[in-house]
Amino acid sequence: MNLMPWLIAVPLGMGFILPLMPKRSPRISDLLANLATLLLVILSVSLLGKTAVYRVGGWEARVGIVLVLDGLSGFMVIIVAAISFAATLFSARYMDRYTARPKYYGLFLLMVAGMNGAILTGDMFNLYVFLEIAAVASYALVAFGCEHEELEASFKYAILGSVASCFVLLGVALLYATFGTVNMAHLSEKIAVVAPGTPAYRVSMFTVMLFIAGLGMKAALVPFHAWLPDAHPSAPAPISAMLSGVLIKAIGVYALVRVMFNVVNVAEVAPGMLYALMVLGTLSMVVGVFLAVGQWDFKRLLAYHSISQIGYVMLGIGLGTPLGILGGLFHLANHAAFKSLLFLTAGATEYRTGTRRLEKMGGLGQKMPVTAGSSLVASMSIAGVPPFNGFFSKLIIILACVEAGRYGFAAWAVIVSIMTLASFMKVQKYAFFGRLKEQWVRVREVPFVMQVSMVLLAILCLGMSALLLPGPKKAFLDPAANVLSEGKDYSSTVLTAQTTGDQIVVSRDMGEK
Amino acid sequence: MVYPLCVLLFLVGLYGAMTQKNLIKIIISVTIMEYAVNLLLILIGYRAGGIAPIIDRTYEGATFTPVSVDPFPQAMVLTAIVISLGVLALLIAISLRLYHRYGTYDITEIRRLRG
Repeated sequence: MNLMPWLIAVPLGMGFILPLMPKRSPRISDLLANLATLLLVILSVSLLGKTAVYRVGGWEARVGIVLVLDGLSGFMVIIVAAISFAATLFSARYMDRYTARPKYYGLFLLMVAGMNGAILTGDMFNLYVFLEIAAVASYALVAFGCEHEELEASFKYAILGSVASCFVLLGVALLYATFGTVNMAHLSEKIAVVAPGTPAYRVSMFTVMLFIAGLGMKAALVPFHAWLPDAHPSAPAPISAMLSGVLIKAIGVYALVRVMFNVVNVAEVAPGMLYALMVLGTLSMVVGVFLAVGQWDFKRLLAYHSISQIGYVMLGIGLGTPLGILGGLFHLANHAAFKSLLFLTAGATEYRTGTRRLEKMGGLGQKMPVTAGSSLVASMSIAGVPPFNGFFSKLIIILACVEAGRYGFAAWAVIVSIMTLASFMKVQKYAFFGRLKEQWVRVREVPFVMQVSMVLLAILCLGMSALLLPGPKKAFLDPAANVLSEGKDYSSTVLTAQTTGDQIVVSRDMGEK
Repeated sequence: MVYPLCVLLFLVGLYGAMTQKNLIKIIISVTIMEYAVNLLLILIGYRAGGIAPIIDRTYEGATFTPVSVDPFPQAMVLTAIVISLGVLALLIAISLRLYHRYGTYDITEIRRLRG
């Protein structure tokens, strides 16, 4: 049986069942939501290393939609599933302060379904649809508290998000007008033979620019980042973790690199576009970290660091060399782990102290050892301290810059890394170390399930360094990086899988490549 | 002739979304942008004098495709309209809530977040 469509069907179905659950017994919704995300983790891990194509409703690719699972999408669904599981586990107690828990989980799973769909789809228009599903659910989740700030942030986010979606839809429309198909593999075949200078070439380049603007807005690259520092801190903590940890990557970075490398294959037809990615990435890296250093709101500081770290990912992938792509993707996975952990610890401190201002905290490490410990692990990871995962991915990106002869970009990456370290030393000093303030002597550690979720992510932060060992690297990172560095192979992989008649699933060990 | 007008409509919407101060006017501007893209999609599939893409007894596959308009963009537009309806409903709900909280629709007065 082909398990791939269940990655979308499980959260989508559960997302519609959950709002029907009774409000008065919140544990039922907790249980169901956690079961759904746990199932997603199991499903996505069991699909690791497979390549498969699934025709939705049995229709052929010209009119129907295909779902494609390859190294990169397999890699992304695991990240989404792991972070969602940690976030639902954390929500079980954190959401006690909010009403309407069934609706919260419903929206949450709808967002997960949208992300999984956007990752798995092999069709440009379907990508737009799933993008919108994830985005609309996230607008509602940002506004979930219904207070002044939440509503304001959500409105800003929703307007900018809708404008971005218009750009994406315009790009899809232009692609269809020029090439007569929206199937990614067919498009890739047709764009590969377009000669430079022809109208079709110009249209595809213009489309790439539209996608950079539209999907760059979803990924919060710097000229388009204004909504993120408002939207991410305003949401409930598990949602902030989801938004910063996976949403901007799944519907921003992933969708953009899929279009740029696999559909248009810019590495060959227009290397200038990759340079644009590098510049945007570096700009995000630098601007994000400068804005973060002066912040005193815990979650807002983390949100600015998200912009900065997405810059690293974009710089690595924009290099276009196999090493750069590997570093970028590895950093993407690492950032998902440590940034969601940081948002969860920020949520845990807020849960007990009721404040997000760093200067009001102090000495919380004595009272909340688990939160402080996992926050320390995450801070060291994001700052790039050696045994933790962030160090290795940043090192790879910097090495890849040097290898490609981009010394200026490498220097910026080092400087930003140092400033990140400084910024997180401030967080640790003010929030968890130092003298315990009198008003916090009665503060207790957060409930057990929240601790479990944070400790799981902290272990992940340490354990992911092991992904660079030859075995795990071959199973997890290499297939994902190969999909991008061998961008033009995408269409042939998908098309051969499509034309194998009634045998829909084609499994192949991607690690051998 | 129609294509430039369609682009103009898109730009009008974009301009409105950037410059308007009133929440409702911003929402209308975004909706105009969405309509412009939908219109473009329909235009892509249109052919002068084409018939609606509905097969009946007088046509068969071979005689039908040369005279009908392309049904594919129409299917996409239907989906896009439903999505923009959902977004529109959400935006209006949020702006109503904002009005309850702040007592105004003016975005220059709705400013608690900064930094």
